[in-house]
Amino acid sequence: MYRAENVTVTASGRRLVDGASITVRPGRVTVLVGPNGAGKSTLLKAMSGEHRLATGRVTLDGVSIHDMRPLELARRRAVLPQAAEVAFPFTAAEVITAGLMTGEGHDRARILRLLARVDLPGFADRRYDSLSGGERQRVQLARILAQLDAGKPDVPGYLFLDEPTASLDLAHQLTVLNIARAHADAGGGVLAVLHDLNLAAMVADEIVVLAGGRVRAAGPVAEVLTEPVLADAFGIRLRIGVASPGPFILPQNVQAAQ
Amino acid sequence: MSMEGVAMATAEAGTRGRPVTAGLTLFAVLAVAAFVGALAIGPFTIAPGRVFAVLWDWITGAQPAGSLRERIVVLDVRLPRAIVGALAGSGMAVAGALMQGVFRNPLADPSLVGVAPGAALAAVAFVVFGAPLLALLPPPLQVVGLPLAAFAGGLVTTLVIARLAEHDGRTSVATLLFAGLALGALASAGTGVMVFLASEQQTRDFLFWTLGSLGGATWMKAALAAPFVLGLLAIAAGLARGLDALALGEAEAFHAGVSVERLKRTAVVAVAAGVGAAVAATGVVGFVGLVVPHLARLVIGPSHRALVPASALLGAAVLLGADILARMIAAPAELPLGVVTALVGAPFFLWLLLKRRAFVG
Repeated sequence: MYRAENVTVTASGRRLVDGASITVRPGRVTVLVGPNGAGKSTLLKAMSGEHRLATGRVTLDGVSIHDMRPLELARRRAVLPQAAEVAFPFTAAEVITAGLMTGEGHDRARILRLLARVDLPGFADRRYDSLSGGERQRVQLARILAQLDAGKPDVPGYLFLDEPTASLDLAHQLTVLNIARAHADAGGGVLAVLHDLNLAAMVADEIVVLAGGRVRAAGPVAEVLTEPVLADAFGIRLRIGVASPGPFILPQNVQAAQ
Repeated sequence: MSMEGVAMATAEAGTRGRPVTAGLTLFAVLAVAAFVGALAIGPFTIAPGRVFAVLWDWITGAQPAGSLRERIVVLDVRLPRAIVGALAGSGMAVAGALMQGVFRNPLADPSLVGVAPGAALAAVAFVVFGAPLLALLPPPLQVVGLPLAAFAGGLVTTLVIARLAEHDGRTSVATLLFAGLALGALASAGTGVMVFLASEQQTRDFLFWTLGSLGGATWMKAALAAPFVLGLLAIAAGLARGLDALALGEAEAFHAGVSVERLKRTAVVAVAAGVGAAVAATGVVGFVGLVVPHLARLVIGPSHRALVPASALLGAAVLLGADILARMIAAPAELPLGVVTALVGAPFFLWLLLKRRAFVG
């Protein structure tokens, strides 16, 4: 279990995240939603160990991640960056191996399989800097999957995805979310920041609504994606429909709350 | 690391399609050829076969068969010179590769963190004011007073810059760059003041030092530079995986399991010590640290696991080659080594810039 306990993150005197507690369970996809500036990415970065905490703690199976060495933590959690530039002319396959800090996981067949899984077959020897934004995003996804594969396969690994669908077309948004789903189904944990509430409703087991740095609601999709919660968090009134398998939100039903 | 070890470590999934083994072999052949050339070529040319015979007799301790003149030229004059050249070339090139990796920029080089300006200031201060200090050193160390001063100057300047760039336990690469520029400028101003105070002969000595030369190479200088340069090479090889991850970004490297702060600090200190020792032995030799990692990357690709040994081999080859040119062009006089590397390196650097501009658009 990967938990944030009463986490506060400050930057130049402002509380970006204010006393947030959330739990990412193995076997579940947990999705962070909220308006711009709600602190979603900041909370994800605090949980990944990248941001320092002003107060609170982040634990992995009860151990504070700040007591773990970076390499130890990297065996258990991998983070998909939002927009990653690579400094030198690496190929797609080299980008994947560059993220592997041990001798594990370098074999070519495995890397080709991972590239095929993110729908980039035949891209292994293409230059990373010649790829489109969406293709780079998927190479990075393959890289973090390789990182977790090379880590400790016997205990659950956690995928942290910060807006993984941002530069992707519809088909590849589904590719990425299906990979997240499959990771959870195989026993791992997923924490994702998503903007699109419908994608969130589709992939999430649990949704955490963040606004003003605070957790406004958390729980299963059907309990959290309700009109009062969203009106409170986003400041707009939405009409939410329900159709199998879950709730959906139509933008044409949006009205200003005030 | 042995050649086979390097080839095995780099013959991984990621590097397929890159001629890593062939490239490393090529650079090793170039380095050996340049080394033998450095021993054979000069006002008194010795056939490579005779060079090997002299070396063989020396290593095995056999009764020397060759002429005394050959033995003196090879063992006492050219061998220390070639060893200092190989050490300095390897050290500068690997330091360049390290700095480019840490700054995540292929145009970075060791002078960014102030080694050369700091070393120059200390060197000129020693030339101008050092005579009384010399008396304090034991006689065998007196000939290396200037290199020791240069080494200390480069190391101290870099450590001050690294300290300035650290805030809250984190080293900002941007602040490191600007602190390096500012302190480098300050050291150059100090150097200017020293030159103003210096006598004509002192100015000449210092000017010659800033242009770089292997002319004063001795066994003593080789022995003093070797531990620092070899330490730099070993540390760079150890940091290679972390530098590859750093190419993905600082946050990404941390997520992948790299202790980024420790990597940056280790790299800066190793570069300061290694380049400080190289500059102390040869004077300022520009462009090797900048250009050699580039050339190596063109052949073996950007992965630091291959780039570090490739830069070490090619750096030695390039510096020894430049020294052979420096000795041949105006023979029997010697051109300053830094002049030769700049004559070749500067146009190459410009070409790289223009090519990059065409690529970036």
